[in-house]
Amino acid sequence: MNLQVTSTDYLSILPPTILAVFAMLVLVIDLFVKPERRPGLAWLALIGFVVAGVAAFALINQRGTGFHGMIALDPYAQVLGLVAIVAGGFTVLTSFNYVRDRNIGRSEYYALLLFSVSGMVLMASANNLIIVFIALELLSIPLYVLAGFARPDPQSEEAALKYFLLGAFASGFLLFGIALTYGALGSIDLTVIAAKIGQVGSSPMLLIGAGLILVGLGFKVAAVPFHMWTPDVYEGAPTPITGFMSVGAKAAGFAAMLRVFGYSLHAIQADWVIIVAILSAATMIVGNIIAISQTNLKRMLAYSSIAHAGYILMGVASANQTGMAGALFYLLAYTFTNIGAFAVLTAMARPEGENQTFPAYRGLYKRSPGLALMMMIFMLSLTGIPLTGGFIGKYYLFLSAIEARLYWLAIIGVLTSVVSAFFYLRVIVDMFMREAEPGQEVKAVNYAPLNWTINLTALATFVLGVIPTSALALVQLAAKLLMGT
Amino acid sequence: MNLTNLPLISIVTFLPLAGAIIILFLRREEENNIKQTAMATAVLTFIVSLLFVVRIGPVGGFDLARAGFQYGEKVAWIPAFGINYEVGIDGISLLLLLLTTLLTPLAILSSWNSIKERQKEYMIFMLILETGMLGVFVSLDLFLFYVFWEITLVPMYFLIGIWGGPRRVYAAVKFFLYTMAGSLLMLLAILYLGINGHTFSLTELLANHSWLAGAPQMALFVGFAVAFAIKVPLWPFHSWLPDAHVEAPTAGSVILAGVLLKMGTYGFLRFNLPLFPDAARQAAPVIAVLAIIGIIYGAIVSFAQTDVKKLVAYSSVSHLGFVMLGIFSFTPQGIQGAVLQMINHGLSTGALFLMVGFIYERRHTREMDQFGGLWKILPIYGTLFLIVSLSSMGLPGLNGFVGEFTILLGTWAANPVWAAFAATGVILAAIYILTMFQKMFMGETRNEENKHLLDLSQRELWVIVPIIVLIFVIGLYPNPFFQAMTTSVDGVLRQFGPLVAGG
Repeated sequence: MNLQVTSTDYLSILPPTILAVFAMLVLVIDLFVKPERRPGLAWLALIGFVVAGVAAFALINQRGTGFHGMIALDPYAQVLGLVAIVAGGFTVLTSFNYVRDRNIGRSEYYALLLFSVSGMVLMASANNLIIVFIALELLSIPLYVLAGFARPDPQSEEAALKYFLLGAFASGFLLFGIALTYGALGSIDLTVIAAKIGQVGSSPMLLIGAGLILVGLGFKVAAVPFHMWTPDVYEGAPTPITGFMSVGAKAAGFAAMLRVFGYSLHAIQADWVIIVAILSAATMIVGNIIAISQTNLKRMLAYSSIAHAGYILMGVASANQTGMAGALFYLLAYTFTNIGAFAVLTAMARPEGENQTFPAYRGLYKRSPGLALMMMIFMLSLTGIPLTGGFIGKYYLFLSAIEARLYWLAIIGVLTSVVSAFFYLRVIVDMFMREAEPGQEVKAVNYAPLNWTINLTALATFVLGVIPTSALALVQLAAKLLMGT
Repeated sequence: MNLTNLPLISIVTFLPLAGAIIILFLRREEENNIKQTAMATAVLTFIVSLLFVVRIGPVGGFDLARAGFQYGEKVAWIPAFGINYEVGIDGISLLLLLLTTLLTPLAILSSWNSIKERQKEYMIFMLILETGMLGVFVSLDLFLFYVFWEITLVPMYFLIGIWGGPRRVYAAVKFFLYTMAGSLLMLLAILYLGINGHTFSLTELLANHSWLAGAPQMALFVGFAVAFAIKVPLWPFHSWLPDAHVEAPTAGSVILAGVLLKMGTYGFLRFNLPLFPDAARQAAPVIAVLAIIGIIYGAIVSFAQTDVKKLVAYSSVSHLGFVMLGIFSFTPQGIQGAVLQMINHGLSTGALFLMVGFIYERRHTREMDQFGGLWKILPIYGTLFLIVSLSSMGLPGLNGFVGEFTILLGTWAANPVWAAFAATGVILAAIYILTMFQKMFMGETRNEENKHLLDLSQRELWVIVPIIVLIFVIGLYPNPFFQAMTTSVDGVLRQFGPLVAGG
């Protein structure tokens, strides 16, 4: 075996390495600066995200594999890596004042964030099931800690423990699935699996293995029926972290799922498409319907994030290039939209006590018109109204479902979209059409980094809806190179 | 610069949006500037849109004899999906476009004093709404059409939800959800057409639609039809309409009844008939029966109302039933009558809503038993109200008669039974409209509060008189309007197959 490390090897792990290096820098420098200057380390973390983002962007046209095929170097990896990096970078901005006001702003917070994103980026480029597993652990373990970071808030601690226990189960399923897959095919290399499956076809052991992998990743993306942890964890975790989890962990989970199912197991799609399609339908239905009855915005967005996993699963179930490109675009649009929505929630979270119920948002337009307008854009995008990124994303996924002749799934998709309009509109109704009850006016906090996040994500949501051309070209290239035959 | 190639459609469509952007930068305290900018924009849009009719030098004019779409523009928008910004107008869209550009400034003028809160947002939404509506009527790309179609939802939702009556939130959400449910099914149908027809361009789909013979036409037809039927609204999809109308501010009702409902009937004419002729033929009896039920049901329910605005709202269900019946008669007269009746209904019902708004501003009630004997106190108002009512009722010499009569003529040729049933709607309309007029304007002035009302102001006259003039013009000399659409209606029917007997 040739153990020489080539430049492709280095390039293939460049973005996650940058993130990990910055994470360690944050930890080390923290020891040498005075306590009152430590919040400034957030900016170091932000620089880390920017550098990693530039690196990922620069690598976007590279093709190859590193470390004997373990790490893929392709546009697909960079696109999803960028999604995670963008999510991480914005989370630094939304967290800055949030953690300082609550006195939970230790530098570890940002180091953990960087580690978690490095896991997500690694996941996007994993070309080997063991790397998938390692990346999953690397992204999850910091998230368990981050979910509990609002200590001594019992809700936050409950969130962390719940997330950890169920996450550990999910890892177990995934690992067992990997083992069975290895037993069936004698390889855990995704390229080798793709090649071998064409020759030997499917076998019961392989299908059970693939099923368990699906369960493990289903936990991470919060697909029904593996979603039970989501509402409590999302509600309990610090608000900026909830936003981060809802997009970052989802992007990473789908990164692995799309590569394993859309690429490696593509040849036996007849065996798994129907299962994924049913998961997708169940996820859209359950997520959207339970979201209706929520009285707390954070919880509502948690269920809505379940529902959105269902839409992306539609792209997986379509098992075609359109579906993969659609899922990538959807993740991109969803990242901006949801990070923005959670940034608004963060702005509404007063340090003296968080009230995220609907009445707290009544008459917000009168108190902070800008904030309400941006929230309107995010809500319209989540509903899928034209001229927002969310619409183009949904459009793309419906397109893939119809191409794959999954008409029933597309119809469930549009009907649940109508259901979802109901609870997204409720936010708009409260902000614009109702007056706050006297004494109930929650005033939004006003911090520059937070406002930057909200404005930039709203702008991105709008641009992705009006001139999506370059983003579409990117995701189509990524899908074509991965699935191209 | 070559003036003959001026992108006139885009200019008209996006002028209101430009005005909205200007208002965005005005301070909220500059109320007069905001109102004047909005009004100026809407009037300018109307004047520019007149260029489609009146030729000035090298610009403008409309070739009545030419089949197909004029003033076409095509620019790639999202090449990855094969989506273009493709617009163009034929005679049918021309008339509806002019209706829109005419009603919008009148609606803005009518809200001059009645909207006191958040005027800035109000005017911005009105102008965005105009761009959306114009976009619907000029789009020739199915995706673009869908985008405009959905975009009209948002400003209307806010107009009802913020400036509406006591149950405005309920009405706004109901309006939004109903429309969205329909339009998403249409989106799936559009996607199917796009994938299998390899284009989203209506003209290209029509030019090469032999493949559609083998497609699941009925499913696609239903996908489009549900979206449009909800918008029209065709019975039994109408239940959002009374709520939306009653709660909407006056100008919102005017636009809703005047233009938004026509987007539905226009959709049937523009997409359902030409794209899916076989399915349309199969579905015609069902739709005709629903339309007739709507005509009679709308009329009877109107009669039972005590609130004038509700009465006018339900009368829309009845009137739009006529339009649907005309379209699905598949005869030239039926469709021409239907198109003219779309314009007529926009004018008459728009005017009725304006009239109801005028009295509501004075008395803050719309209950008919609060009035009575108004004619003596408000002679001008009473006379104009009578003209508008009679036009809505279909009195010969006024616009409504020409439309309804032509529709019935065309329907008779297609199916005399349908025509017979529909004709009862004309009689019922006379009953509920005359009863309303009698309750409000005749007899003694019993209610003290009504005795000191002021007659219409100059501004209010400016709002209503243009419509009254058109009511007479169309009633007495409808020829130019028919001429504008004849070629286009024949075009629709040609796509549809051989002309039906009696044509």
